[in-house]
Amino acid sequence: MAITLGLVLEQTLNGLQYGVMLFLMAAGLTLVFGIMNLVNLAHGSFYMVGAYLATAFTEKTGSFVLGVALALPATLLVGVLVEIVALRTLYERDHLDQVLATFGLILFFNELVAIVWGRAAIFTSVPQFLSGHFRMLPGLPYPTYRAVIILVGIVVAVFLWALVTRTRLGMRIRAGASNRTMIAALGVDIRLLYTLVFGLGAALAGLAGAMAGPVYSVQPGMGEGILIQVFVVIVIGGIGSIRGAIVGAVVVGMADTLGRAFLKPLLATMISPPAADKAGPALASMSIYLLMAAVLFFRPEGLFPARGRS
Amino acid sequence: MALSRRTIVLAAGCLVLALVPPIAALTNQPYYLDLFRRMMIFAIAAVSLDLILGYGGMVSFGHAAYLGIGAYAVGIPAFYGVENGWLQWGLAIAASALAAAVIGAISLRTSGVSFIMITLAFAQMLYYLGISLETYGGDNGMRLAGRSRFGGPIDLREPAVFYYVVLALLVLLLVLGRRLVASRFGMVIRAAKSNEARARAIGFSPFRYKLTAFVIAGGTGGLAGALLANQTEYLTPDFMHWTRSGEIMFMVILGGMGTLFGPVIGAVVLLLLEDLLSALTAHWQIILGPILILVVLFAKRGLFGLVAGVETRDG
Amino acid sequence: MAEALLAVRGLIKHFGGLLASAGIDLDVAPGETHAIIGPNGAGKTTFIGQLAGDLRPDAGSIRFADHDVTRLDTPHRARRGLARSFQVTSIFRDFSALDNVALAVQAHAGSSFAFWRRARVEPALRDPARAALESVGLGGRAHVLAASLAHGEQRQLEIAMALATRPRLLLLDEPVAGMGPEESQKMVRFLGTLKGRMTIVLVEHDMDAVFTLADRISVLVYGRIIATGTPAEVRGNEAVRRAYLGEDQA
Repeated sequence: MAITLGLVLEQTLNGLQYGVMLFLMAAGLTLVFGIMNLVNLAHGSFYMVGAYLATAFTEKTGSFVLGVALALPATLLVGVLVEIVALRTLYERDHLDQVLATFGLILFFNELVAIVWGRAAIFTSVPQFLSGHFRMLPGLPYPTYRAVIILVGIVVAVFLWALVTRTRLGMRIRAGASNRTMIAALGVDIRLLYTLVFGLGAALAGLAGAMAGPVYSVQPGMGEGILIQVFVVIVIGGIGSIRGAIVGAVVVGMADTLGRAFLKPLLATMISPPAADKAGPALASMSIYLLMAAVLFFRPEGLFPARGRS
Repeated sequence: MALSRRTIVLAAGCLVLALVPPIAALTNQPYYLDLFRRMMIFAIAAVSLDLILGYGGMVSFGHAAYLGIGAYAVGIPAFYGVENGWLQWGLAIAASALAAAVIGAISLRTSGVSFIMITLAFAQMLYYLGISLETYGGDNGMRLAGRSRFGGPIDLREPAVFYYVVLALLVLLLVLGRRLVASRFGMVIRAAKSNEARARAIGFSPFRYKLTAFVIAGGTGGLAGALLANQTEYLTPDFMHWTRSGEIMFMVILGGMGTLFGPVIGAVVLLLLEDLLSALTAHWQIILGPILILVVLFAKRGLFGLVAGVETRDG
Repeated sequence: MAEALLAVRGLIKHFGGLLASAGIDLDVAPGETHAIIGPNGAGKTTFIGQLAGDLRPDAGSIRFADHDVTRLDTPHRARRGLARSFQVTSIFRDFSALDNVALAVQAHAGSSFAFWRRARVEPALRDPARAALESVGLGGRAHVLAASLAHGEQRQLEIAMALATRPRLLLLDEPVAGMGPEESQKMVRFLGTLKGRMTIVLVEHDMDAVFTLADRISVLVYGRIIATGTPAEVRGNEAVRRAYLGEDQA
């Protein structure tokens, strides 16, 4: 396989696109970790729910945009419901309890989705007006849909940035991420803040899932695969920090995509092709974890931790 | 000498387990021998997790990785015709202990939420590694060429013999485990769990002890993996999937963490429950999920505490 | 003065924009009881944290028993003979009082990589632990769960744990905090029995305790020591009165 500039550019954009998906999920999750100190393994379930709801609404309304637009508030609602019904009691509990309880939620949601829509993977297609390619550079076509995802990601990142740094709500969120007990003492309505943050996180995850439908397939358990990588993003970026989520997501998205694309051919130039054939994919799948290990070795608290270092 | 309630419960449990093969033979239900053997193998895995989770407070969500390593340490040599059990099981323990040493050395630098996520991530990394090993079945896994050979009277192809080997290992693990948690080493681990800042202030450097415990737990998990590969005679990367880690963790909690014996009960009950539920409906996980949540919210103490009395929790 | 047991030079610590320690110099002589007082926000907690090893200073040095410990972490300092009690009681709540103290003994009794013998029946651990408990008056409560002890008893337990390690320096962070008048007096009397037998650095708000126990007092204001001397000297110090005791109170 010839490594051309075009190929490198294309894969870089793919890495960015994947990074956007990771960011959308990481943003909500890192805030939930940082402010509420809640380990939520079921975050991937909102991704999945968003994907299924978007598919269902698109079918009902015949419009992809409408489908996604409806899936967002619906997923937010699901998130708020889950928070109120199942998670409120977990805030005071230790991490182990949270891990196990949210693990139970995963089993529940995966099965629920399988009961309603069946276990088989659903393949949706990219909507007509977004399919096809556009001329990024002369001789360099890039799938329009993926470019749209990147655009959406940038918009959301800017929006979140503005929210967190320029609004009062954002101020409370940042304060909460660095010192939870303090904002409670200052009289901020904690329960409302928690529910809002949680709902926002769920909606973002749902957005990622809704957009992911046409690119990846929709099936029970789809949230868990990406969730682990989201964890890596948060660990690298630092818990509680949106900036960390952005940086971490881009880094992980790039590392994973570029690794999968180029590690094997790169290795083939150094060692024998059959060996590269074996080692390439194995190393590629491990690359982001090795990256995580490297970051942790030097900075156990991540690159931009919200709480700072003593 | 007055026997404590706990001793009676333990003796009874041991007796019941020892009687399963003859009873299964008498009633012509070999399935139950198989089932109980499977339960004991997972009990070994759960007990090894309890060591670091219940006593050490280390919420390691990647414990299934060590079972996977242990399983492949049996499967891969067998693939090449090496069926010596001593070699295979020795490799299983050594390889998983080594993996635990590396993973622990990195993960134990963090704590809390990060620790959970990192152990989870590393386990998943090994899972993907397993999938990428095309030679050994990749995604689909592979059949075990033959059960481990030990020579002499120990023929694992005999169901009852294999059963008693597993039982013996479980009992040995429990005996050694009891000594371990009551030793100086065990006390440091438990103190670090109870109040890490205090432990450091009196002069303990907890990292080295925690890492050692992590390695011991990992190695024992590897042994469980080797047993599991022999049990199912088929191994797949799924052994290492993080949902398996969750299951094992659930066994520890359900049975009672920090008791060593509790996880044995937890393994038995959970596997029985899964057996029963899956007979009822293909969608049994939708019932198991909420059960899990309810147990965590309301029955944290675990079954062992209920059955054998309150004083069984180790401080 | 003989070689100081604890010598602090130019200790500086920033927290973002806040300068918590602005260049602290302090000498503590062996065998003396040295109190550190100061108004709220003076940086006492930060100072204690740096002495104990929980915080790393940005600049400056700490010498303890003729050794530069500035870069040493807490466990290493503890093993060198620096014992501490915490402002908010910090004990092993799910262990018995005796277990708590035995753990302190164990930390200083060589390697804990022993996997077979039962630690709870080791005389080398239990006997010194029992003795330490007796010395603070908790002998009768040895088998009570630490979480079930009264607040004052828990404070005593912390002292017992510190004593069991045979420390060269006892760092006490507000030992009578949260105690009623009777309990406080009891604690002060007990600490008085320790005077001279070991070196004590004492951070306190309770002025009665301070003036009863201290051989010398250092006053910490805005991250800097503005005065050091005997209780009488400090009482009469103009700068101290202004910054801390208030002109009309002196």
